[in-house]
Amino acid sequence: MLQFSRLIYSMKTFGQGIHLEYKKESTKAKSIKEAIVPNRVVLPLQQNLGCPGEALVKVGDEVFEGQKIADSSKFVFAPIHSSISGKVTKIDKLPNPCGFDVPSVVIESSGVASRESPVAGQRLLESLNPEEIRKIVREAGIVGLGGATFPTHVKLTPPADKKIDTVIINGCECEPYITADHRIMLERAEDIIYGARAIAKAVGAKKIIVGVEDNKKNAAENLKFEIRNMKSENLIGVETVKTKYPQGGEKQLIKAMLNREVPSGGLPLDIGVVANNVGTAVAVAEAIKFGTPLIKRAITITGSGVKEPQNLLVRLGTTFEEVIAQCGGLTEEAAKVVMGGPMMGLALSALDLPVVKATTCILVLSKKEVKAYEEIACIRCGRCIKACPVGLMPNFLADYAKIKDWDKTEEYHVADCIECACCAYVCPSRIFLVQYFKIAKRELQLRKAVCK
Amino acid sequence: MQVNNFEISVGPHIRDREDAKNIMWWVAFALLFPAAAATYFFGLKALILIIFTTLVAVASEAVFEWLAKRPITISDGSAAVTGMLMALILPPTLPLWMAAIGAIAAVVLVKGLFGGLGFNIFNPALAARAILLASWPVAMTTWIRPFDAVTTATPLFLVNKMYEIAPSYWNLFIGNRAGSLGETSVLMILIGAGILFYKKIIDWPAPTAYIGTVAIMTYLLGHDPLFGILSGGLMIGAFFMATDYVTTPVTVKGRFIFGLGCGIMTVLIRYFGGFPEGVNYSILLMNILTPIIDKSVRPRLFGEVKKRG
Repeated sequence: MLQFSRLIYSMKTFGQGIHLEYKKESTKAKSIKEAIVPNRVVLPLQQNLGCPGEALVKVGDEVFEGQKIADSSKFVFAPIHSSISGKVTKIDKLPNPCGFDVPSVVIESSGVASRESPVAGQRLLESLNPEEIRKIVREAGIVGLGGATFPTHVKLTPPADKKIDTVIINGCECEPYITADHRIMLERAEDIIYGARAIAKAVGAKKIIVGVEDNKKNAAENLKFEIRNMKSENLIGVETVKTKYPQGGEKQLIKAMLNREVPSGGLPLDIGVVANNVGTAVAVAEAIKFGTPLIKRAITITGSGVKEPQNLLVRLGTTFEEVIAQCGGLTEEAAKVVMGGPMMGLALSALDLPVVKATTCILVLSKKEVKAYEEIACIRCGRCIKACPVGLMPNFLADYAKIKDWDKTEEYHVADCIECACCAYVCPSRIFLVQYFKIAKRELQLRKAVCK
Repeated sequence: MQVNNFEISVGPHIRDREDAKNIMWWVAFALLFPAAAATYFFGLKALILIIFTTLVAVASEAVFEWLAKRPITISDGSAAVTGMLMALILPPTLPLWMAAIGAIAAVVLVKGLFGGLGFNIFNPALAARAILLASWPVAMTTWIRPFDAVTTATPLFLVNKMYEIAPSYWNLFIGNRAGSLGETSVLMILIGAGILFYKKIIDWPAPTAYIGTVAIMTYLLGHDPLFGILSGGLMIGAFFMATDYVTTPVTVKGRFIFGLGCGIMTVLIRYFGGFPEGVNYSILLMNILTPIIDKSVRPRLFGEVKKRG
């Protein structure tokens, strides 16, 4: 009986959500390879959620790899660094994969081999205080690398009245196809632990838990092994959670691991938690150990539209085209290019766009997999309600959004939507639910801004 | 910017296989089981009535949509399902022209005029049956015995109003009794419903609450609960009408309340009302309450902050 109840209760998870086909096989055994250094990079001056930056360089300037090229006096901003050594050839509004054209710096390689990265100072975690850690993280331009790109130093600055007791390191990678975080957990366990310790020190937390979905058991085992090696068992633990989408959603993971709910409209720090992605932890470790700013990131290039799916460590500003070329190029059937996973990713119209800090994955779907869905009337089956991990009623929200009744969308808590797309995935009427919610959220935000 | 011919759309870029069309045709498939039972017990006439009613329903949807200049949606299967359901709740001896009027009323009056699939307030088949019952009360309550087609009363009527002996549980279960075409064979209804449960097309709250409430209330009123749930149109109502997406609540809790309400109404009509059976009206009454249930029963919001005071 005990055994039986353990079977039921041992796997931690959140309520609702959906099960997907994960399709991670083609890249999960492929280690992360360093991509070719591009001759030209395009660096948008805003690559974080929050405020835009201003260029620190002008056309004609010589810049070196790792040099800060954009900064802002605003708090919610992470600086941008040059990812190659070369000359600034253009500063202009240019297209980027996240949508709107934003001011960007174009740097062309001088043809000379890169100079040594300037070392902002190799530091020892033991000698740093929380304020110094935050400063290093900010100067390195680190943002949440799970795709949300919220500046990490802001997360590491909890208000004085909020006590943080737990740091969660997110190794769920719940979107289908993507395996970059899985590889990071297998290849960079030591740095994940180092980075996690730095994050914990910065926020004053006494406990760290790494959450890994149980379809990545070898990653969890590897982390546990490394923790034992580093004799950090009393500070840091690894917890496997159920493989379910969106397990890697910050709020869902916290609920699964600690059974605490981030209050509606609140932040994890309201319940004493700071959560960061495994890739972010590695970036923090590199910034502290070597003074390396965030100029590269791990990306999974996959899907049946790519000839040789891979995991690559790509310099920011490299075009999608160049990255895909290193994976054998596109197949004949390639029909749709998505930045990010198939659930939350954005479809791109062209490949001459730069890889940015938000690029977790380049997914190319084939003609067979791409279907033009036609929306029909809601048949009120209630599947969206059963799927929504937040407890929303997507069907009614969409009805109100369609007639632009923004007050009603607010009443039905559209602001709590995490845009995971579970509702739209299960919708038999193929309604573009998330799209309506994104519009409603923006309308409400605009209205708030106007009211102020 | 170089132009590629990539598909662009909003996410998600993958979707569940099951779509509305699929679901409807699965329901139609599930209804073949009670339809088969109807043919077995009531003969070829039953089969003709079912096929005819279904064809009229599909045709009237096409004609109505053509006249209303709307896209023709008969391929989505919903008109076929309405027609089949309509036929299955008619008495076996009903003249075809009356059944046709029922099918047209269901598809045009109850569904089409309200905006088509997804917008109707009442269950089309049940509302049309109520219309037929009001228009031709004798034809709609003329029942025959299976196989020999001798005119008789339904078991519920026999027991409730005439205090006679009812058929055995076994005959009630397999459907060897008088009644509407598809309502008699509990076995076949359960097989059809089982398929829909397995396909996760219908869920448990409404049927269990409905049947459970009828059983408990029948028992409390001093009647035989097993007879109460095996007779009348309860089974087909609970599994195929109280689970209709469009006209019942959208939440699990709401669906439970819906079933509960249907159960209470059914028993009240059966034992205190003028009719021997109350499934039809109880579901229609609860259809009216559906918007109110949906407004007041909402899922718990993640991280909801309790309001004080």
